[in-house]
Amino acid sequence: MITLRRVAVVLVLAGLPLVLTSYQASTAGRLLAFAVLALSVDLLAGITGLPTLGQAAYFGVGAYAAALTGIHLSTNGPLQLVIAVAAGALSAAATGWVAVRTGGTVFLMLTLAIGELVQQVASRWSYVGGSNGLAGMPALQLGGHTVTLPGVIYWYLLVVFLVIYAVVRVLVSSPFGRTLRGIRDNEPRMRALGYRPAAAKYAAYAAAGGVAAAGGAMWVTEARFVSPSDLGFEVAALALLAVVIGGAGTLWGPCLGAAIVLLTRDYLPGITGGHGPLLLGALFVLTVYVLPRGLAGTVRRRAAVAS
Amino acid sequence: MIPALELRSVGHRYGALPALDSVSFSVATGARHALIGPNGAGKSTLFAAIAGTLRVRTGSILLHGRDVTARSEAARCRMGLVRTFQHSSVFLQQSVLDNVVLAAQRSSGLALRPLPSARRFAEVRDDAAEQLDAVGLCGRASARAADLSHGERRQLEVAMVLACKPDVVLFDEPTAGMSPAETESFSNLIRALPPQLTVLVIEHDLDVVFALSSSVTVLHLGKVLAAGAPAQVQADPAVQAAYLGTGEQEELFMAEDLT
Repeated sequence: MITLRRVAVVLVLAGLPLVLTSYQASTAGRLLAFAVLALSVDLLAGITGLPTLGQAAYFGVGAYAAALTGIHLSTNGPLQLVIAVAAGALSAAATGWVAVRTGGTVFLMLTLAIGELVQQVASRWSYVGGSNGLAGMPALQLGGHTVTLPGVIYWYLLVVFLVIYAVVRVLVSSPFGRTLRGIRDNEPRMRALGYRPAAAKYAAYAAAGGVAAAGGAMWVTEARFVSPSDLGFEVAALALLAVVIGGAGTLWGPCLGAAIVLLTRDYLPGITGGHGPLLLGALFVLTVYVLPRGLAGTVRRRAAVAS
Repeated sequence: MIPALELRSVGHRYGALPALDSVSFSVATGARHALIGPNGAGKSTLFAAIAGTLRVRTGSILLHGRDVTARSEAARCRMGLVRTFQHSSVFLQQSVLDNVVLAAQRSSGLALRPLPSARRFAEVRDDAAEQLDAVGLCGRASARAADLSHGERRQLEVAMVLACKPDVVLFDEPTAGMSPAETESFSNLIRALPPQLTVLVIEHDLDVVFALSSSVTVLHLGKVLAAGAPAQVQADPAVQAAYLGTGEQEELFMAEDLT
């Protein structure tokens, strides 16, 4: 039953370019990239219990790393992705060791600071274009063919998305994932059981940095341009919002939340005369009151009550 | 023979208030040792010092002859010194079995393993189920920990402790808040623990202490007042004065015509 549902979702996602216009297909590709960013936020906020505002920084690191690879090194998409993931995980490991020794609001503030610092670096560093951003990324190449058709780029991004989703899925169902949920639920108890919570949180932080960077690489594959505004506070806040709306702690919830948040911000303003942020605020308030566990949490609860 | 646990002149003060003053005692391997004392005697401070939540600056704590004074709580647990909590501390949203699996997977070295392995996980699961069985909770394995009764949570805690593969177990007032029936079954549980396991219990209920323990240390105002076999401690006039109350004091509060 569940497998059937999963296959149906994948088929629908794969079929989208057949019915969408090219602009809509590239929007869908961007949604997939943003969903991967939401997954990385969920890995910290939902699974490990560390609410973060810093994941946009590693999203940006991934985007810049992929763009620089594309400009100077290779147009091979998977190679850009691998380099971006490594850069994201390493930069998260380099910056996160202070943050993971804290929790709650302190963690939130430290990650916010990390995000702001990385954005400052991006907007001052002339090698990556400073505040003008980094343009001139060549088109993606797959198996020797240059890919410019939005539908094909979307399919490539969908494959990347499914791979990353599967990796995160394996991670959260592994013993390590269980450890992270234990830390989220009762950290002092974990210590008394002999765990080193700081070590596990550090590993989760580095992994989430890698996932966020994969999202960044996907984003830049689609947009072929990256600027400091792609890794600012707003992106980080939207990603956290996507996780809250979708349902922290599940995996498909935040992905759905990412789609809702980005569509509300980018699509509805055209209909509502530029009131996107207002709608987003209203959506957030509504979610907190009506669906405090997010969409996925509410569905799961209904199912539990029914069974 | 090296004692399982040894304290050498452990001291601690909260500001100007001395909570522990040169406390020394040792617990032999396989002993059922009780630590008692009236309120404010320093029992909880001493417990925290042994468990590692409180790092003492004076004196030393030795586990099987190895100095663990500077080790963290988690490190002490990995060395085999495992504690329970006075107020049951379990993972409320997870199933009873998952609570024990969390303890078992750490002692099997899987804590940071990012890949699932069906075989190794089955081992951990079997191990956890075995511990649940040992404490009489196997029928509740799939219940949510939040739905357990107070006494059942205590049983669950014991299963989690056993899954850590300990050789010294610290119990912090395990029967506090239990009904007489729960206390009775808990006492049986402690009695049924493997004999090579060293047990240190901090306890208020003196009936439980004298029924369970092979040796007793009495703490009073941060100092060791008496130590020895339960009967010996019970007969000690200094202990009676400090803890059990003397005949004279009883007369102060009880009118004779009522008794």
